[in-house]
Amino acid sequence: MSAAHDTVASLANYVFPNDLHVHWSLMIVLYPYITGIVAGAFIVSSLYHVFGVKQLKPIARFSLLFALAFLACATFPLLNHLGHPERNMNMMLTPSPTSAMAGFGYIYSLYGMLLILEILFIYRPTMVALKAKSSGFMRGLYTILTFGSDNVGPKSLALDHKIISFLAAIGIPMACVLHGYVGFIFGGIKANPLWSTPLMPVIFLLSACVSGISGIILAYIIIKTFKKEPIDFECVQTCLNYLAGFFIIDFVFEMLEIFSHGYLRTEHWHMVDGLLWGNLYNTFWVGQVYMFSVIPMFLLGWVCLTRVHDQVLKVVASVISVLLLLQVIFMRWNVVIGGQLMSKSGRGYTDFIPQWFEKEGILVALIIMICPLIILYILSKIFPFWLEGEKTA
Amino acid sequence: MKNSTKILDEDRRSFIKKVLKGTIAGSLLLVIPAGGNALEDIPAQIPGIRDKEWDMSKKRFAFIVDITRCIGCGSCCVADKREYNVPDHNYRTWVERYLKDFDDNIYVDCPNGGLDGYQKPREDLDVPIRDTFFVPKLCNMCKDAPCTQVCPVGATFTTPDGFVIVDSKRCVGCGYCIQACPYSVRFLNPVTKTAEKCTWCYHRVRKGMLPACVNVCPTGARKFGDLNDKESEVSKILSGPGVITVLKKEMGTDPSLYYIGARREVI
Repeated sequence: MSAAHDTVASLANYVFPNDLHVHWSLMIVLYPYITGIVAGAFIVSSLYHVFGVKQLKPIARFSLLFALAFLACATFPLLNHLGHPERNMNMMLTPSPTSAMAGFGYIYSLYGMLLILEILFIYRPTMVALKAKSSGFMRGLYTILTFGSDNVGPKSLALDHKIISFLAAIGIPMACVLHGYVGFIFGGIKANPLWSTPLMPVIFLLSACVSGISGIILAYIIIKTFKKEPIDFECVQTCLNYLAGFFIIDFVFEMLEIFSHGYLRTEHWHMVDGLLWGNLYNTFWVGQVYMFSVIPMFLLGWVCLTRVHDQVLKVVASVISVLLLLQVIFMRWNVVIGGQLMSKSGRGYTDFIPQWFEKEGILVALIIMICPLIILYILSKIFPFWLEGEKTA
Repeated sequence: MKNSTKILDEDRRSFIKKVLKGTIAGSLLLVIPAGGNALEDIPAQIPGIRDKEWDMSKKRFAFIVDITRCIGCGSCCVADKREYNVPDHNYRTWVERYLKDFDDNIYVDCPNGGLDGYQKPREDLDVPIRDTFFVPKLCNMCKDAPCTQVCPVGATFTTPDGFVIVDSKRCVGCGYCIQACPYSVRFLNPVTKTAEKCTWCYHRVRKGMLPACVNVCPTGARKFGDLNDKESEVSKILSGPGVITVLKKEMGTDPSLYYIGARREVI
C-alpha cells in the first residue's frame, strides 16, 4: 500500500510546462555573491575610516582595492546571462521606474565612482611619492591618478582627510543600499514563496558582510604568507570578532526566515517545506547549515572567546574564512536556484544540474571568479597594498 | 525543310511574344494594388473595431475559459503554435488534465502542453478515478501586472486597451518577468532570446478578429470580447449570476482572464 502511495506521490509531481527550465542559472548565483563581497569589503574599510577601529589599519586600504577588483567584475555574470547583452545600456537609458532591477545600473555606477574616488584620495600622498620614483608610463599614470596635484602639505592632506571621511561615511549607506537592493530584487517577487520576504534584503546584506570580511581575511593571510611578510594578528583577531558578530546575526536571520515560514504554515509552506527537505536537502541543510554554518560558528567561538597561539589563529582564521565563503555561495545558490525549483503550479519541483561547458556553465563561472583576482593583482602594481613603513603597522 | 524552319521561327516569335506579355502583365499586377483589402472577405468577429476609428481606452476586453466545456482536444494549442511559430517545449497556452480520485487526491499532467490532445486516458495511475476535467491556461492579462512592474526597460507594457505585451525590440532578455509571473505563462524564446508570452492575439483583435485559440475552439470553451459592449457574450456572462473565478486571486494581480467552473483545486 505504501509502495503504491509512493508511486502516486511521485506521479503527482506536476510542473507548469514553462517552469521545467531554470532561467536564472549559475550566473545569477554569482552576481549577488560578487556584489556581496564588494559591500562586505567596503564595510571593513569603513570600520577603520569612519568608526576609527585602529586595529584594522593594515587592511583598510587593501579592502578598498579588494572591493574595487570585485566591483569591476560584478556585471560580467549579468552580461553573460542577458539574452541581449548589447541592449544592456537600455537599463540606464530607458529605465522603467517601477522595476526593482532598473536601479542597479545607477546604484552600481554611483558606488563605483565613490569607491574609485575614495581610493584615489587615500592613495594620493602615496602616489605622489611613487610618482617621484617612477618614470615613463607609470609616471604619466600617477600624474593622471593624482589629478596632477603634487601638494602633500599638511593643509592639503587635512582637506584630503575630510574628503575621505565624507566619502567613507556616505559609502556605508551606499554599500548597504547596493546589496540590500540586490536582496530586494529577489524579495520583491511575490510569485515566489521562497523569495518574497521582507527579510531577504537583510539576509543578503548580512551575508554580504560575512563574505566580504571572510574574503579579506583569507586574501590578507594568503598574500602575507606568500610574500613571507609578518601578519598582524591583532588585525586578524579584530576581523574575526567582527566576522563573528555579523555571522551570528546573519545565521539567526537565515534560520528565522525558515522558522517563520514553517510556523506561519501558509498555503505556500508545503512547497518550501518539500523543497528544503527534497531537492535542496544537500545544499541547504548539509551544506549551508551544518557544514558551513555550524562548524565555523564553533570555530569562531573558540578563537574569539579564548586566546590561541598566532600560528593556530592563522590556520583557523583561514579555515573559517573558506567555510564562510562557501556558506555564502551556498546560500546564494539555495535562494536563487532553490526558488526556481518550485513550480508555480504549487504541485511539483523541477531540477537543475549545472554543466561544465555551456554559456552559463561551471567553467565560465570559475573564469568569472578568477577575474577579480587578476584585476586585484594589476591594481597591486599601481596601488601598493602595504607600504614599507606599514609592514608591522 | 524550309517549311519546317519557318514554322519553328513563328513558334519562337509567338513564344517570345507570350513571355513578354506575361512578364508585363505580371509586373503590372505587382505594381497596381489589387484594389481591395483582403480582410473584407473575412467577416469581423468583434464588432466596433474594424469599421470605425475606435478609442483604445474605451475598450475593456475579457477572456473567459469555460472549464465545463473543454474537451482537451488541443486545437487551441495547435492554433497557437502555428500562429506564432512557438519553439518546441515553450508554451504560450496549454491545456492541463486534472484527475480526481475517491480520496479527493488530485493528479495533474500536461504532456507536451496538451498539443497532441488528450486522446487516451492516463495509464500510469492505478487508483480509481472519480472525476476528470481539462483546464486551458493562457496569459491572465493582469490589470496590475507583475511582469510590467518588474521589466527594467519597459519592454513589457500594458496597452491602453488593457493588453500586456512585449516589445521584442526592447527586451534585454533578463528573465525578471518570467520570475515575476505567478502563472508561468512567460518563457525566454530560445531563437529571439527575448521574453515571450500569450498576447490574446493582439494583432488579430486590432483587426476585429478573435484570438486564434478562441476561433478554433470547437466547444466554445474559450470566449473573448469587449466588456463595454453590453451585447457581447463575455459581458453577459460576467454580469450574470454564474460563479466566475480568477486564478491566484491572492496575488493581487486582478486578472482579465476569468474561469467558469474552475474547481478549488485549480491553481
